[in-house]
Amino acid sequence: MSAIAEITAAPDPVLADDGLRRALFEWLCRMGDNCLILGHRLSEWCGHGPALEEDIALANTALDLIGHTQMWLALAAEIEGKGRSADDLAFLRDAMKFRNAKLVELPNGDMAVTLMREFLFDAWHFEMLTGLTESASPRIAEIAAKALKEVSYHLERSSDLVVRLGDGSDESHRRMQDALNRLWPYAGELFTADKVDEAAAAAGIAPELAALRAAWDKTVGEVLDEATLTLPEIRFDVHQGGKQGRHTEHLGYILAEMQFLQRAYPGAEW
Amino acid sequence: MVNAVSVVLPSTDQVWKWLDQVPDPEIPVVSVTELGIIREIRWEGDTLVVAVTPTYSGCPATSVIDLSIEAHLHGQGVEKLRLERRLSPPWTTDWVTPDAREKLRAYGIAPPIDGTAPDGRTAARAARMAGRSNLTVACPRCGSGHTERVSQFGSTPCKAAYRCKDCLEPFDYFKCH
Repeated sequence: MSAIAEITAAPDPVLADDGLRRALFEWLCRMGDNCLILGHRLSEWCGHGPALEEDIALANTALDLIGHTQMWLALAAEIEGKGRSADDLAFLRDAMKFRNAKLVELPNGDMAVTLMREFLFDAWHFEMLTGLTESASPRIAEIAAKALKEVSYHLERSSDLVVRLGDGSDESHRRMQDALNRLWPYAGELFTADKVDEAAAAAGIAPELAALRAAWDKTVGEVLDEATLTLPEIRFDVHQGGKQGRHTEHLGYILAEMQFLQRAYPGAEW
Repeated sequence: MVNAVSVVLPSTDQVWKWLDQVPDPEIPVVSVTELGIIREIRWEGDTLVVAVTPTYSGCPATSVIDLSIEAHLHGQGVEKLRLERRLSPPWTTDWVTPDAREKLRAYGIAPPIDGTAPDGRTAARAARMAGRSNLTVACPRCGSGHTERVSQFGSTPCKAAYRCKDCLEPFDYFKCH
C-alpha cells in the first residue's frame, strides 16, 4: 500500500509549452538545488549546534528547505518527462549537473558564516518567492506560496541573529564582519541572469533577477546597519558559474556524503 | 454469481466523521480534520478522493498521516481510495478549529494566536522579534502571560519553544502560520 499522495495536477499551459521545456527544467533545477544544497549544509549542524535551541532551529530550517527541494525537483522531473523522480535528480546527478549558486555550497565555517550566508540567501529567497507567487504558471505559483510562508520565518530568524551577533560582543562582531567580507563576492550570482533566467522571465514564469535587487538591498542594508556591520567595498558578483554547473571543489564532498547510500546500494529503500 | 450489484457508497459527511477519528501522529489529541489539513472529500465514481494539504512542506509526519488516513478508511470498508496532495491555498493555522485549540492548551501546547504569522516586511519585523514584540503567549499550565520565547523553532516545525517566567515550565507554542 503506497502512502504517497498524488500531486493535484492543475492544468498549466505554461508548463505544457514544448519550446520552454529545456529552459524550464534548468530553471527548476536551480530552485531545487539551491534548497537541497543549503538544506544539506544546515543539516550538518544537527547534533553540533552551540545550543540546543540553535541546533533544533537549524535542523528545522534544513527540513523546510528539503521540503521545498522535493516540490521543485519533482516538478523538474515531470517537465523533463524522462521518467526520473526528484530522488533520482538529488541522488544520481554528478556535480557538473547541479545548478545551485556557489554561495550555498561553501562550507559552514563558524556559526557566523553559517548565519550570514543564511541571511544573504534568505533575503534573496524571500524576494524570489514573493515574485513567483505571481507566476504565469499556476503550479509554480502554488509551490512559491507554500514555501514563502516558511521562508518568512527563515528570514526573520537569520535577520534577528545577524543583528544580535553583529551588535553583540567584540568577538561576535568581528566574526560576523569577517563572514560578510568572505561571502559578499558570492551573493551576486543570485542576481546575474543568463539565457535560462531570461527565458523564464520572458514567459512570465519568474521575476527578472535584476528586479529583485532593490528590495534585497533595502533589507540587507537595514539589517546590516542595525547589526553595526559594514558592507565590504568589493564587487559582490565575483564568483559565478554555479548555476551553469561550474562549482567549487566543495560540492563534490557534499555529494560524496549525500549520495553515498544510493551510489553504493542502488535503489535502496527504507 | 453476483454482478451489477448497486453498492451504496458512504456519504462524504460520513467520511468526514470517520476522519475525525484519525489523530495527528505528532499531537495525538487533535485529529486531522481539526488540524484543517483535509481540504476536500469527494467521490469519483466508486473511488473516494481525499485531498490533504501539508502543514509544513518538509514535515516528516506527512507520509505517516497519509498512511493513517488510508488505514482508517480501509478499515471502515472503503475499497478504492486516492489521496491527493493539495498545495493551494497553503495551510494556515486559521484552519485549526476552536475545539482543537482548547485541546492543545489542555495538552500543554499554547494554541496559535491568529494574525501573528510572518507577513514579511522583514527588517521591521525582525526588529520586533528581537525583543520588542507585544505578542503575549499565555502559559498553558498556569495561564500566566509572563512568558518568553526561547527559540522560534520547537520540537516540530509547527511549534516554537517558550518558557513561563512564573511557573518556570518550558512549553511549546503552536506558532501562527
